[in-house]
Amino acid sequence: MSLKFILLLIPLLPLFGAVVSGLLRKQVGRNGAHWVTIIGVGLSFVLSGWILYQQVFAGLETVNISVYTWMVSDGVHFEVGFLVDHLTTLMMCVVTFVSLMVHIYTVGYMADDPGYQRFFSYIALFTFSMLMLVMANNFLQLFFGWEAVGLVSYLLIGFWFKKESAIFANLKAFLVNRVGDFGFLLGIAAVLYAFGSLDYAEVFARRGELEGKTLAIIPGLDWQLATIICVCLFIGAMGKSAQAPLHVWLPDSMEGPTPISALIHAATMVTAGIFMVARMSPLFELSDAALSFVLLIGTFTALAMGLVGIVQNDIKRVVAYSTLSQLGYMTVALGASAYSAAIFHLMTHAFFKALLFLAAGSVIIALHHQQDMRYMGGLRKHMPLTWITAWVGTLALIGFPFFSGFYSKDAIIEAVAESQRFGSDVAHWGLLLGVFVTALYSFRLLYLTFHGKERFVIAAKDGDESAASHPPDGVLAHAPVESPAVVTVPLILLAIPSVFIGYFTIEPVLFGGWLNDSIVVEQGNDVLARLGSHFSGAGAMAMHALVSAPFWLMIGGFLLATLIYRLRPSLTDLLHEKMPALHRILVHKYYFDEFYQRLFVRRAVSLGEVLWHRADAGVIDGWLVNGSARLVGQLSARVRQWQSGFLFQYAFAMIIGLIGLLAVWVVL
Amino acid sequence: MDWPILSILTWLPIAGGLAVLIAGPHRSGLARLLSLAVALATFVVSALLWGAFDPASAAMQFAEIKPWIQTFQVNYHLGVDGFSVPLILLTTFFGVLVIIASWDTIQRNVHQYMAAFLIMEGLMIGMFSALDGLLFYVFFEALLIPMFLVIGMWGGPRRVYAMIKFFLYTFLGSVFMLVGLIYLYIQSGTWAILDWHQFPIGMGAQKLLFLGFLAAFAVKIPMWPVHTWLPDAHVEAPTGGSVILAAIMLKIGGYGFIRFSLPITPDASAALDWLVITLSLIAVVYIGFVALVQQDMKKLIAYSSISHMGFVTLGLFIAFAIFRNPEVATGAAMGIEGAMVQMISYGFVSGALFLCVGILYDRLHSRMIADYGGVANTMPWFATFVVLFLMANAGLPGTSGFVGEFMVILAAFKANFWYAFLAATTLILGAAYSLWLVKRVIFGEVANQEVAKLSDLTRREALVLGILAVAIVGVGVWPQPLVGVMHGSVEQLINHISQSKL
Repeated sequence: MSLKFILLLIPLLPLFGAVVSGLLRKQVGRNGAHWVTIIGVGLSFVLSGWILYQQVFAGLETVNISVYTWMVSDGVHFEVGFLVDHLTTLMMCVVTFVSLMVHIYTVGYMADDPGYQRFFSYIALFTFSMLMLVMANNFLQLFFGWEAVGLVSYLLIGFWFKKESAIFANLKAFLVNRVGDFGFLLGIAAVLYAFGSLDYAEVFARRGELEGKTLAIIPGLDWQLATIICVCLFIGAMGKSAQAPLHVWLPDSMEGPTPISALIHAATMVTAGIFMVARMSPLFELSDAALSFVLLIGTFTALAMGLVGIVQNDIKRVVAYSTLSQLGYMTVALGASAYSAAIFHLMTHAFFKALLFLAAGSVIIALHHQQDMRYMGGLRKHMPLTWITAWVGTLALIGFPFFSGFYSKDAIIEAVAESQRFGSDVAHWGLLLGVFVTALYSFRLLYLTFHGKERFVIAAKDGDESAASHPPDGVLAHAPVESPAVVTVPLILLAIPSVFIGYFTIEPVLFGGWLNDSIVVEQGNDVLARLGSHFSGAGAMAMHALVSAPFWLMIGGFLLATLIYRLRPSLTDLLHEKMPALHRILVHKYYFDEFYQRLFVRRAVSLGEVLWHRADAGVIDGWLVNGSARLVGQLSARVRQWQSGFLFQYAFAMIIGLIGLLAVWVVL
Repeated sequence: MDWPILSILTWLPIAGGLAVLIAGPHRSGLARLLSLAVALATFVVSALLWGAFDPASAAMQFAEIKPWIQTFQVNYHLGVDGFSVPLILLTTFFGVLVIIASWDTIQRNVHQYMAAFLIMEGLMIGMFSALDGLLFYVFFEALLIPMFLVIGMWGGPRRVYAMIKFFLYTFLGSVFMLVGLIYLYIQSGTWAILDWHQFPIGMGAQKLLFLGFLAAFAVKIPMWPVHTWLPDAHVEAPTGGSVILAAIMLKIGGYGFIRFSLPITPDASAALDWLVITLSLIAVVYIGFVALVQQDMKKLIAYSSISHMGFVTLGLFIAFAIFRNPEVATGAAMGIEGAMVQMISYGFVSGALFLCVGILYDRLHSRMIADYGGVANTMPWFATFVVLFLMANAGLPGTSGFVGEFMVILAAFKANFWYAFLAATTLILGAAYSLWLVKRVIFGEVANQEVAKLSDLTRREALVLGILAVAIVGVGVWPQPLVGVMHGSVEQLINHISQSKL
């Protein structure tokens, strides 16, 4: 098998699974649907692992191949092809692994759903799209993957298409993403404008040409072309990676089934923006202004969204806000030119956040689709495996020393501290505070869900049937039980890398130059190199952390959460009373949704109405079209009267006409 | 090849149409079979044309020339280049589909209905291959008659208003063109379009000619503000009429710009490009908003067509702004090819969408969005197709809808940042009106008893939609065969219009 063939198989196997399970529903049945997709994705994972093995141990060089020519126009070759370097391989492994776990988990989670096959078809299609995105060797294919994952996300958020909230959320997600894509497409157009090519290798090789080039967007005001390109591309990333102010779709996307929240809205798709900026590092390095913009957007998202996470009651929404906040951390890393740190956090986050989501899903099925944490509590006795794995995920998330999240998050904070870029001071403080906030909402979630008193009751067996099928909140038909092995095994398999992956990979990924073939950092910006100069092993880094600010802020968050949610629950009411304004702002998520609804959604509809009724129907049809018809009608009604049939009138008309003609002739 | 392949393509469907008419009202089955056979045969011949066409050459191929009206030097002159071949193929493709799609939905006067479509097909092919100005004009106007009849005989309740509006609008526009054509003949002494391309004309006359052509083609395509006939015509037309109208007849406007306006009056086009570009961008943005608030599905798609056709005119006329921009060396070709791809692609997409509305209308006799909801529950396969087509409408990569818009936006950036900026708003607006439609019609709980009783696609419907889905995804995944066919002609056009005729 040639390498090209293997690389082709990696995305095409999941696509095959998606097509078979989606179109041949009758023929393959339920089991066929999950087998064909699981085997497809599983093989993709094995092959990705093989590529990684070849790169690590057999010295496989960067592969850049074209599969076919999509189109040639105006001398520009638009190709479909693969660029497989270390960055790509890392993404491929993460995507296929998490996807495989989610596929297996789905067998248990969606067991009773009538859309079982459709679901497998969608998640396999997602895996294909995501792989096309990360393996692209040009902007066109990147955009294809970018939009295709958006499509699958749209289909999956609205998977339960009878639910009004779900089909609102998926429309919202697609449209907000399209706002980002609007910028992204302009960015791609700007790249073509500047380089006459959309091929990564060519664009990156000729990046020097951008220096000094400007574009007058507003006449007389020349902007750096590099800044325009990077800001436009980053607007795309803001949509996909849910950075404020384009973050509003992600919390609502929790309307979809939990496995896709883990796969798409935590581990992979939402990190596409981070991946893209890291991939474009040769371009972003040319614009300090764009990177400062990235830095500040990330900081705001990291801190502000974490704070909202504290007041959410829906278990999935807490995790969703946590995802927003963590994506903010990654974005800050990008803005500080610590691209490798962003990718490193992307990887560790993929494992522990997928784990947390799947654990939340395990709780949700045990409680018969109850997602409100106010009706949980004390679940650790009933579901010990879920409980332990959730603890592991939480410790990784808050960055407890030796856990994977610790290494990635600490590296980002340290890198930002080193950075000299405009905004890096704010970012540093924001991220430090964010550590405290992360610990606070994470332990709140753990306590409310697994610890304390049970806030649900088991309905009496002799209750009437109708009540049992739709019980009120907090009433369960029978006691919660631990989920089946298809659910818990993926939890365990995700818990392992959540603990260890950071410890073992920090050195090569951040300091050993593993990503050097993909990521370009200007000498003066290389904060990670500066960090690396005093890095002396993963163990030492963890020990050192015990005397650093992030650790103690984390402990602070833990203690506060323990005090409020474990020891003195009455404190929450007190806090609500004492700080009603803050509480209201957080509960309303800073009023972003209300603001957009008023400013854009309603305006767009009323503008459409005005243009249609007033301009189209009123002016054009009313005056011009029907008006001219009326005019002709009225004129002809007048003129018709002249056709009277009376000879003397005709004779007069002829005489008058003759005189008129003579007069004209004489005058001229 | 010695066969007069273009004449065959033109006259085979017309002769077939007459034969179907002769079959008479009492043999509907025969009329259907005969129509299908004729349409299929025409499609096969057009596929042979595609195969034999040499894309490397910019010259007119398969040319036929015979004297027609010798007194006025009018010739029966046919020939095709890279612009006409894809459009001819689109025409024959839809010629087949529309007959299958109307197989048993039309019960009244089947033979006349089928004959009207076959004759229309022949006339359109003739128009796309005419190289004689008067011959073109004859086909161009003759086309109105069968469409007029289709709307008038099989249309909805307000069909008379729509029909007259349609006729007067397009007729008014084409009268100006006729004046222009006669002027060209008087000045140059020939009706040959290719000779007109080379014929030097002063700026004043060019501007008047340009405006005359603009009047005809802007109405056809249609451009804002002469678009208001289209929603009415679509709403009243039967499904087949809407499909042909949207998929092919609108493209006549775009084709006219390529064949007449740009090459005959390049200097006027360069001087007045701001006008066309402004109107195109208004179409994209303004009509996008109007489409958002439509309550009638057909109107929504009709407005969406107008908005998408804005990309065609934009793609054609940004060429001059690119020539003027000293910063960029190339880009005009991508705009023009993008415009062509957009025409073909949008033919597939709008045709498919009108068919989908027709499928719902056949079952529920309503086109109002409010009468539907939760269709996916009862028609899952139909829902799958609709979502695919509307995604293509929203320009999703991997579908044909993406390719043309992508090319035009990329090219527009080279002309002016703001052109690209405004054009790219379609990403948001197109998605908004397309997916809001999905939300209201396809998703949700079953809205009412009527929807609960809906039955999913029949085999015939699934076949038609399936073919279109393959075409849409095919062009989206590999547009090279389509784009490659026009390279030679586009290059020649660009060379031609970049030189002044003054």
